[in-house]
Amino acid sequence: MEKKHRLTVLASLALVPLALSGCSAGGSGGGASSDADTLSVVDYYVNDPDQGLVVAALDKCAAELKVKLNRTGVPGKDLIQKVLQMSSSKTLPDVLMLDNPDLQEIASSGGLTPLSQFNVDTSGFAQGILDAATYKGEVYGLAPTVNTLGLFVNKAMLDEAGLAIPTTWDELKTTAQALSSGDRYGLAFSSIATYEGSWQFLPFLWTNGGSEDKLDSPEAAEALQLQVDLVNSGAASKSVINWSQADVKDQFMAGKAAMMINGPWQIPALNADPSLTWTSVQVPINRAGQTPTAPLGGEVWTVPQTGNKEKQAKAAKFVECITDDDNQLSLAESRFTVPTKTALAAEYVQKVPDMAAFTEQVANARSRTGILGEDWPKAATVMYTGIQLALTGKESATDAFSKAKAG
Amino acid sequence: MTLQVPASETAGPASETRRRPRPLGAGPGSPEIPAAPPRRRRRPERFTRLLFVAPAALYILAFFGYPIVKNLTMSLQEYTTKTFFTGEAPWVGFANYVSVFTSSLFTPALWNTALFTIGSIAGQFVIGLALAVFFRRRFPLNGFLRSMLLLPWLLPMIVSSATWRSILDQDSGILNRFLGSIGLTDAPIGWLTDPSVALIAVIMVNIWVGIPFNVALLYGGLQDIPEELYEAGALDGATGWKAFWHITVPNLRPVISVVLVLGVVYTLKVLDVILGLTNGGPANATQTLAVRSYQESFVNFEFGIGSAWSNILILVSLIFAVIYLRANRRAVDE
Repeated sequence: MEKKHRLTVLASLALVPLALSGCSAGGSGGGASSDADTLSVVDYYVNDPDQGLVVAALDKCAAELKVKLNRTGVPGKDLIQKVLQMSSSKTLPDVLMLDNPDLQEIASSGGLTPLSQFNVDTSGFAQGILDAATYKGEVYGLAPTVNTLGLFVNKAMLDEAGLAIPTTWDELKTTAQALSSGDRYGLAFSSIATYEGSWQFLPFLWTNGGSEDKLDSPEAAEALQLQVDLVNSGAASKSVINWSQADVKDQFMAGKAAMMINGPWQIPALNADPSLTWTSVQVPINRAGQTPTAPLGGEVWTVPQTGNKEKQAKAAKFVECITDDDNQLSLAESRFTVPTKTALAAEYVQKVPDMAAFTEQVANARSRTGILGEDWPKAATVMYTGIQLALTGKESATDAFSKAKAG
Repeated sequence: MTLQVPASETAGPASETRRRPRPLGAGPGSPEIPAAPPRRRRRPERFTRLLFVAPAALYILAFFGYPIVKNLTMSLQEYTTKTFFTGEAPWVGFANYVSVFTSSLFTPALWNTALFTIGSIAGQFVIGLALAVFFRRRFPLNGFLRSMLLLPWLLPMIVSSATWRSILDQDSGILNRFLGSIGLTDAPIGWLTDPSVALIAVIMVNIWVGIPFNVALLYGGLQDIPEELYEAGALDGATGWKAFWHITVPNLRPVISVVLVLGVVYTLKVLDVILGLTNGGPANATQTLAVRSYQESFVNFEFGIGSAWSNILILVSLIFAVIYLRANRRAVDE
C-alpha cells in the first residue's frame, strides 16, 4: 500500500517536466516551423466572411510561391498579447498580420524586419498607409486594402422627411435633430472608452484642422463640442459612450438611428437586409474649404525577425504577392475595402460603385500613427477619456482634453 | 489509510526509498547514506515526508510563488512591449508606484473599489441569507428552485454581462421601460451612461452574480443547526425574528465569517463584470484597482505600472486573507 503511494508520488513528480515541456510545445503553435517549404502565418481574421476570403487569397499566393501554409487565426483583441508572448518565446511566425496602428509599436521592439532588406517595391502605395507602416524611415509592412470612416444615411427616412444629405456640421446637427422622433435618433456614432471611440472622433478632429498632438487647440474643442451638441440636443443617444461600432450598426439597421458614422466593413451586413436603403458619403465638414479627412484603417502584413534568412526572404515574397494588384482588387471587391495602390482606385470604383465615397475618403485619409508613432496609444487614451468627460457633462468641451491629459 | 507513514513500517522498504531517489539527483558516485542504524531509519523517513510535501510545494512555488515574485519585480521595472522581444527591463525603483499614487484615478479607483466591495457584499449577503432561510422551509419545488438559483453561476460572465447591458440600456432597456410603465421614474435612467449611477448599476449586477455563492454556503450552514434548538426555543416563546436572532445567527456565525471574508476577497478582484458592462467608464466612473491594473497592462501595455496597481490590490486582499485565516483557525479550534 505504502509502496504504491510512493510510486504515485514519484510518477507524478516525473510528470512535471513532461507537463512543462508540453506547455512550451503547445505555445509554439504559430511559431516558425522548421520545414523549409512551410510558412507560418498569424492573422486576426477569425470570422466569416472575412476569414474565408482572406484564407482564399493566402492559399492562392501559397500556390503561386509553391509553399505550404500553417495559418493561425487569433481573435483581434488578443493578437498583440499573442505577438508579445511569441516574441518572448522566440516563436514569431514567418508572416505576421498587424492592425496598422500597432505596427510601429511592434517595430520599435525590434521584432520586425524592414522590407527594404528584401528589395520589396513599396512604390505606388497610398502615402497614408505607408506612413502607418513606417518606423524610423523604414517600411515594415504592406496592406492589400484599407478602410476608413464615412457617413451612412438611411435613404428612406431622409426622403420621408424631405431632407438632403448633410455636408456640413450645421446641416448634420439640424438634419439629425429633424430625424429624431420617438425612439429614433438622428445620428449614431461610437464614443466608447476604448481606442474605437478615439478612432471615431478623428474624422471630426482632422477635418476641422485639429491634430492628435495638440488636443488643447480650439479646433479639437470645436470637434468635441459637435458631439456634445448632438448628444445634448437629443439628436444622438446618450448611450453613444457605451456603443461599439457594431452596436452603432445594429442601431442603424434596427431603424433606431437615421444616420451613422461607420466604416465600409459594415456593408455586407447592411446589404443582407434588402428592406434597408442606404447610401454613404464622406464625413461632413465644419467650414467651407475644409477637406473631409478620416483615419485609415486596415491590416498590414509584416515579416518578423525569426532568424531564418531564407524563410524571411520567402515571407517577403509572400507579402509582395498578397499586396499585388490582382489580390488588392479581389480582396477590396469581396471585403468592401479600398485598394492601397492609388492607380487602382478608378477601376475599383467602376466595379463597386457603393464604395465611391469611401475610395475618395481614403485618398485623403491619414494614419493614426503618422505624427505620434508609438505614442499614439497614449494620445488615443487621452482622447477617449476627454470625450467621455465631455459627453457625460463632467467637463466642458474646452477643458475635457486637458483634464484627461492631466490624469 | 492515513497520510502519515507509521515509523515502524518504514524500516522495511527503507532501502527501496534510498535507492530510488538516485535517478532524480544523486549520481552513482555520491556517498551512501551512513550506516548507523538509527540514522538510517530516520533519514529515509524524513525523505518520505518531503516527498509527500513535494507535489503541493512545487505546485505552490510554480503557480503562486513565481507569479507573485515576478509581479513584485515587474512593478520595479520599466516593462513594456519592447521587453518581450529584447528581454531588457530596466530597473526604475519605485517610479511605477509614484505614477500610480500620483495618477488622478488613484483616489477614485480606491474609493470605487471600496464602494463596490461593500455594496456588493452587503447586498449579496442580505439577499443570500434571506433566500437561504426561506429555502429551509419545506415546500413543493424547493429543490428545483434552489438549483435554479445557481444559474448566475453557470452562465459565462461574457454572456450575462451582454444580457445585462441590454437590460440596463437607457433608451430601450427593459428595466427603464418597466420603471417608466409603473410610473416610478419620469425620465429614463442612464444606468450605464450616467457617471453618478453607473457604479450602482455595476454593483447591482455583481450582487446578482454573487447571490448563488452566498445562498449555497449559508444554506449548508443552516442545515447544520439542529432542529431541536428551534423546538426548545419555541417552547420558551422564541419564534420568528426572535428565533432568527437568538438561534440562527449565533449558530451560523462561523459560516457567516467565512462567507463574508471570502466574499470580500472575491469581490475586490472582480474584473469581468465591470469590463463587460462599462469598461471602467462612463468617464472613469467605474474604475477600480482591478480595472486599472488590467487596462495599464493589457490595453496600454505598461506592464510595470499595471503590476504596481495589482500589487496594491494584492496587499488589500492579503489583509482580508489573514483575517479569514485567523477566523478560520478559531472556528477549527472551537
